[in-house]
Amino acid sequence: MILTGRKVMGGKAEGEALVSTEPVSFYGGVDPVTGCVTEPGHCCCGENITGKVFVFPTGKGSTVGSYVIYRMKKLGTAPAAIINVETEAILATGCVISDIPLVDMLDQNPVDTIKTGMYVKVDADDGKVEID
Amino acid sequence: MYLTRKQEHMLDGEEGLAVRKSMELLVALGNVFGAEKLVPVESAHISGVSYKNLGDAGTEWLEEQAAMGAKCRIRATLNPAGMDMEKWREMNVPEEFAIGQKRVIKAFIDMGVEPTCTCTPYLIGHVPRRGTQVAWAESNAVCFVNSVLGARTNRESGPTTLASAVTGVAAYYGYRLNENRKPAKIIDIRTPLESRLDYSALGYVTGKLMKSSVPYFRNMGKPDMESMKTLGAACATSGGIALWHGEGVTPEAEWASQYLEGLETITVERKELEEAKAGLMSDPDNPTYCIGCPHCSIKELEETANLVKGKNLKGRLWVFTSRKVYDDAEKGGLIKIIEDAGGKVYRDTCMVVAPLHEMGWQGVGTNSMKGGHYSVAHGFPTKLATVDKLVEEASK
Repeated sequence: MILTGRKVMGGKAEGEALVSTEPVSFYGGVDPVTGCVTEPGHCCCGENITGKVFVFPTGKGSTVGSYVIYRMKKLGTAPAAIINVETEAILATGCVISDIPLVDMLDQNPVDTIKTGMYVKVDADDGKVEID
Repeated sequence: MYLTRKQEHMLDGEEGLAVRKSMELLVALGNVFGAEKLVPVESAHISGVSYKNLGDAGTEWLEEQAAMGAKCRIRATLNPAGMDMEKWREMNVPEEFAIGQKRVIKAFIDMGVEPTCTCTPYLIGHVPRRGTQVAWAESNAVCFVNSVLGARTNRESGPTTLASAVTGVAAYYGYRLNENRKPAKIIDIRTPLESRLDYSALGYVTGKLMKSSVPYFRNMGKPDMESMKTLGAACATSGGIALWHGEGVTPEAEWASQYLEGLETITVERKELEEAKAGLMSDPDNPTYCIGCPHCSIKELEETANLVKGKNLKGRLWVFTSRKVYDDAEKGGLIKIIEDAGGKVYRDTCMVVAPLHEMGWQGVGTNSMKGGHYSVAHGFPTKLATVDKLVEEASK
């Protein structure tokens, strides 16, 4: 199945999906050293996002989150790509400065359509997401 | 998004990697916000300076931009750092922090940013004219430049302001357009505003009521510049307000008044102001009394000096201001008066972005709702009072 949406940051990447039904804050909510979600009570708390196609509704929290994404990219703990329902400025900034493909506004809600563990190919240049 | 030929070349990398990366960021965010084009901006004010917020991640990013050859092509000033760049030892800032902070400032200087290290660039000669497009971060400065000066910016971030400084453009959306500068609700003030702390509390109440929309104030009296500074800071802290209109006060209020028909009116009474102050108050045992959130003007330093003159302060009184205002105050003998009384005056930093826990602070007293908000958020027992009360307490 192919979903079509909007390119926010271009690039191509693929990997196993990790789906969060809740918004994500990279500042304070994700440990950049381990790549694990650490926000207490978060639906993905304890999950590792490194190399995953990370699917969640949108970002939240401090603008410092943009730099945390960048640090993860440098440390090799960043997700391979990000898919949002509708993104926002902190995440978009983080992905652009870190060269992480980011798409949103897909023709089907990715949080419902994509399940954790599915293999997903993201072609952000064309705004396309392919699910096996 | 429509790009001019020159902008397309910048995006393609014809002016170097740093310009290309900056354009990529502005175009990506412009698309997210539905901007139709990029517009020239006259100046930038850049946030994300304190090592406390940036950490190694942000510091490395800034150093990488500098190494790529990023250079400002418009005037760019800088927000406060986490310490006085000279007197940091006296502030009890850890050495490791100071090393990180110096790396940050060096990267900005290498890129041609003026190391002003102040949240009030509008007090030190960075004063955009009405109607001009600028790219400013720092929520109080955004509020001031939009509301009091009538220039135009969105609530930008560290990376976007740097990108605008490097390219000279910003995405055209939000508060850059007339239609988004219209008032959303009327705030009718039904109590005399008697101190700057009252204006600060009004801002705090308004931010909670209005979230990120545009308030139109009625009966706000005749606030001085310092009152408008603390009002904007507070409403941008409890909410996401970037622009307010004040009837008979701000330059766009008359224009805004044509859109008032049919708007909801919310009244604010004394009770709401006092509740807002009380909401942040606890009883600190050993507070550091802080003046200068946002950074003090020369008038505030003068008032503080007059209050402490000849006193022997028992408590810790710390005053925060910009380098430029400090130098002017020093010439006028004000710094000596405050220091002779036992107070301290620091530059380049403030109570919001300095590493207060590492510096051994236990509590905070402040005349600023913004300062109080962050003090509480950082876990400090906090007291709010007017400057004369803070000085009175520090004298006991």
